Amino acid sequence: MLEATGDVLGWMNDNFLKMTWLNELVGRFIENVLGLSLTSKLGSSLQFFVYDAVKIFVLLSALIFAISYVQSYFPPERTKAILGRFNGITGMILGALLGTITPFCSCSSIPLFIGFTSAGLPLGVTFAFLISSPLVDLASVMLLASIFNWTTAIAYVIVGLVLAVIGGFIISRLKLERYVEPFVYGSHLADADLPDLTRADRLAFAREQVVDVLTKVWLYVLIGVGIGAIIHGWIPGTFISAVLGYDNPFAVIIATAIGVPMYADIFGTLPIAEALVGKGVGLGTVLSFMMAVTALSLPSMIMLKKVVKTPLLATFFGIVVTGIIIIGYTFNAFGRLFI
Amino acid sequence: MEIKVLGPGCANCKKLEDATRKAVEKAGLDATIAKVSDLQEIMGYGVMSTPALVVDGELRLAGRVPSVDDLVALLQRG
Repeated sequence: MLEATGDVLGWMNDNFLKMTWLNELVGRFIENVLGLSLTSKLGSSLQFFVYDAVKIFVLLSALIFAISYVQSYFPPERTKAILGRFNGITGMILGALLGTITPFCSCSSIPLFIGFTSAGLPLGVTFAFLISSPLVDLASVMLLASIFNWTTAIAYVIVGLVLAVIGGFIISRLKLERYVEPFVYGSHLADADLPDLTRADRLAFAREQVVDVLTKVWLYVLIGVGIGAIIHGWIPGTFISAVLGYDNPFAVIIATAIGVPMYADIFGTLPIAEALVGKGVGLGTVLSFMMAVTALSLPSMIMLKKVVKTPLLATFFGIVVTGIIIIGYTFNAFGRLFI
Repeated sequence: MEIKVLGPGCANCKKLEDATRKAVEKAGLDATIAKVSDLQEIMGYGVMSTPALVVDGELRLAGRVPSVDDLVALLQRG
C-alpha cells in the first residue's frame, strides 16, 4: 500500500513537477524536425533551453497563483500581531516561518521594519523574518524539487530557516538596538483595520501576483536559462570543475562572492544551478550561489540603510554571508546523499 | 469622495495611482485623488504592505494593485 502511494506520488512528481514528458517531447522535436543530435552541442543546449524555459514559466504561474492565494491570509499586519505575542527563540522561529509565507516585496521593507520595531518586536525576531523572507520563498522551493528532488528542497528549507533563526539570535545577543535610527522607535504604527477579503478578492490578488511576478522576472528567467543552456552544451566540464568543483576548496567562497553582488531573481538562478550540478559542481556550491543571489540584494540593503546604521547592517550582512558559506561546505560534505 | 493612494514611491504605488485615476474616470465619480508618500502618515493608517488605498478615511485595500474594473467595483461599493 505504502509502495503504491509512493509510486503514485513519484508519477505525479515526474509528470507535473519535473515534466519529464516535456523534455522527451522537446528532444524528439529537435531530433526529428530540426534533424539535430541531442548529444551535439547545439542540440543539447536547445533542448535544455526550450524545456527549462517552458517548464519554469508554466510551474511559476501555477505556483505563484496557489501560493499567493494562501499568502492573502497572512498580510504583514497580521504577522506583526502574531509575532507580538512571542518572545525569545520562539519569536525568532515564528519570525523565520512567517517570513516564508508573508507576501512582502523589498519596496515594503521600510514600512515593515518600522512597523515591526515600533510595535516592540525584538530586533532578533525582525531580522529572522528579514533573512528568511527572500531566502525561503515557497515557489522557489517547489522549483528546487522540480529541478533536483524533494530531499534537496526540504534540506534547503531547513537550512534556510536555521540560518534565519541563528542570524536573529546572534543579532539579539549583540544588543544592537542602538544602531537603529532613532526615528524608528518614535514612530507609531496604528492598528490596522484591514478590509475583509472575499474569496473573489483573494483569487483576484493571486491573479495579480502572477502577472506582477511574471512581468518582473521573465527576463531574468530567460537570461538564466540561456546561461544554463550555454553551460550545459558548450562549457567543458573540466573547466567548470576546476573553478567550482569538489576539488577546489575555495569553490563555495567563489560561488558566494559571485552571487552576492548579483541582483537577479531566484527563478533566474535555478536553471544556472541545474546546469552547474549537471557539470559536476557540488550541490553546496550551487546552493551557496543561489542563496547569495537572493538573500542579499543591493536594493534591499539600500532600503534597510535608511532605518538602521552601518554597524547593524554590516553585522546582518556578515552573518548571512558566513551562514551561506557554512551551508555550502556542509552540503558539499553531505550532498552526495541527496542527489 | 476623497481618495488617498498610500505608498513610499515604489513602482506598484505608481501603478495603483494610475489605475485609481482611470477607475474614477470610468465610473464617473466626483473624487479627489491624493498621493501620500510620507511614512508617518502611512503608518498612521496601520499599513505595512504598500500600496494601499484609503477612501473617505477608511482603509479599503493594502498590498495590491487590482485591475481598473475591480477598482471601479470597489469604489462603487460605497
